Amino acid sequence: MIEIDHVTKRYGATTVVDDVSLTIPKGGVTALVGANGAGKSTLLSIVGRTLDADAGRVSVDGLNVATAASAAVAQRLSILRQENQVAVRITVRELVEFGRFPYSGGRLTGEDIAQVDRTIEYLQLEPFAGRQLDKLSGGQRQRAFIAMVLCQDTDYVLLDEPLNNLDMRHAAQTMGLIRTMATELGKTIVVVLHDINFAAYHADRIVAMKDGRIVADGSPREIVTPPVLREVFDIDVPVHEVEGQPLAVYFVPGRQPAGDFRVPASAGS
Amino acid sequence: MAAEPLASSPRAAALVLGFHPGRARTVLATLLVLFALAVTLFMTYDLKGSLDYALELRGRKVAGMALVGFAVAYSSVLFHTATHNRILTPSLMGFDSLYVLIQTLAAYFLGTAEFLQIDVRLRYGLEVLAMIGFAMLLYRWLLGRGDRDVYVLVLVGIIMGTVFSNLTELVMRMIDPNEFTQLQDRLFANFSTVNQDLLVVSAITVGLVTIASWPMLSRLDVVALGREHATNLGVDHDQLVRRALFVVAILVSVSTALVGPVAFLGLLVANLSYQLTGTFRHRYTVPAAGLLGMLALVGGQFVLQEFLEFQTRLSIIISFAGGIYFIYLLYREARR
Repeated sequence: MIEIDHVTKRYGATTVVDDVSLTIPKGGVTALVGANGAGKSTLLSIVGRTLDADAGRVSVDGLNVATAASAAVAQRLSILRQENQVAVRITVRELVEFGRFPYSGGRLTGEDIAQVDRTIEYLQLEPFAGRQLDKLSGGQRQRAFIAMVLCQDTDYVLLDEPLNNLDMRHAAQTMGLIRTMATELGKTIVVVLHDINFAAYHADRIVAMKDGRIVADGSPREIVTPPVLREVFDIDVPVHEVEGQPLAVYFVPGRQPAGDFRVPASAGS
Repeated sequence: MAAEPLASSPRAAALVLGFHPGRARTVLATLLVLFALAVTLFMTYDLKGSLDYALELRGRKVAGMALVGFAVAYSSVLFHTATHNRILTPSLMGFDSLYVLIQTLAAYFLGTAEFLQIDVRLRYGLEVLAMIGFAMLLYRWLLGRGDRDVYVLVLVGIIMGTVFSNLTELVMRMIDPNEFTQLQDRLFANFSTVNQDLLVVSAITVGLVTIASWPMLSRLDVVALGREHATNLGVDHDQLVRRALFVVAILVSVSTALVGPVAFLGLLVANLSYQLTGTFRHRYTVPAAGLLGMLALVGGQFVLQEFLEFQTRLSIIISFAGGIYFIYLLYREARR
């Protein structure tokens, strides 16, 4: 269980995460949604301890992530941020091997190597295992990073916008994989998503943030409704039922309330 | 590189390990043999006169060069990892220019002759303390509040280096011309006149620091992945960076006080070691860089004294070669 208890984060006078409390029980996919700057990624980073909170505490299975031994936390909780640049030249297999670092430090045991092999096979990365990371396409690279996190074999996995920069096919594949990790491998996944429809289709629970606070929390069917989306994103979004799933049609700017966004009158001809 | 065609077939790919320790080991073994050859040549080539005396003299030179070569190489690799940047060296951060300033101030206020009469151990001790003290002040002032601090630290270090250089220039203008020629002699690394006591003290210091810092090498591999990946994998990134920079300060201070500044040597051997071993794993890059550093100094000094008859100084050649390599690195980075 992840317990977020009155967490606040400020940058100067701006409060990015404002006294947020949230409990995420074991199992399932929880999607964090909201407009840009709503504080989703900041909250996720605080839970993943890549960022310190100014107030409040986060615990994972009773372990305070800010104060517990870092390696102990790394065996329970992993986080993958959206900017996945690695400064060094590294192959896919080498990257995946680093997922075992919290367990065995620099030296891999036979068990570690078996786990690395299983993960690479599971994610169908064998053809790329020996390839340098910077020689892969965006989708393949994203899979390699997910493989590292999966190899870390933590109960809780935090993913920050894993679909960023992926085309339709790779986005759907990656999201499907995330769903499978929860269903088949029993992982508890918290994922920041931009596309409400991906959240609606794949998540068990959607938590919506706005201005650093949680404004809605419930099942996809409860959240993906015009009134809630209006509240969260400040736009009117019609929701249709497609193949038994709610589908938000947010592609037409004309549906936004006047004054929010205006196309400037075309100059010249 | 050789693995690429293999990797395109899925069956073969399973056999291809992500990282080839074999290649790195071959490089290490080759460097070790080359270094042994260089030492043997240096010790035995054209021996004349009293054998004992010549061997002792040469042995001391080799030991001094090996020590400095290793310290400079190790500190450069650590510095590269701590700053996530491979075209900086600790010497850029004001260590060298502080050393030069100390020498110049001493020559101005005391006179070179008087300064050289001060007990050499005392002088060495003061120089080391001044440089470590400078680094610690800088670290204490600027480190400890996150990732960006390291860049600020490097920038402030470079600016301090410029300040020291300008001060040095000012003092040099006011100095007696005779003093100046004597002083100039001390501003380039000199391996011919290494004091035995200092050599022992330096060797013990570098040895202890190396042993103490060796276990952190595998965690530094994780640090090299970047701050967020390191945190995710349970490694305290900021703490390790602070420790690595502390080790750098000691190594650079000791080696500079022992022989003087050897700018660019670290940059040269560290980057060569990354290229040759093809990895960023510290267990391979640190020994490879260390061997390259020792090899460059011992081999270079040998060529210099046997074939070029001391027409120039080794550190000048290193600065020249290192400078060209530096431009090459910048060019390559810019094209990436």
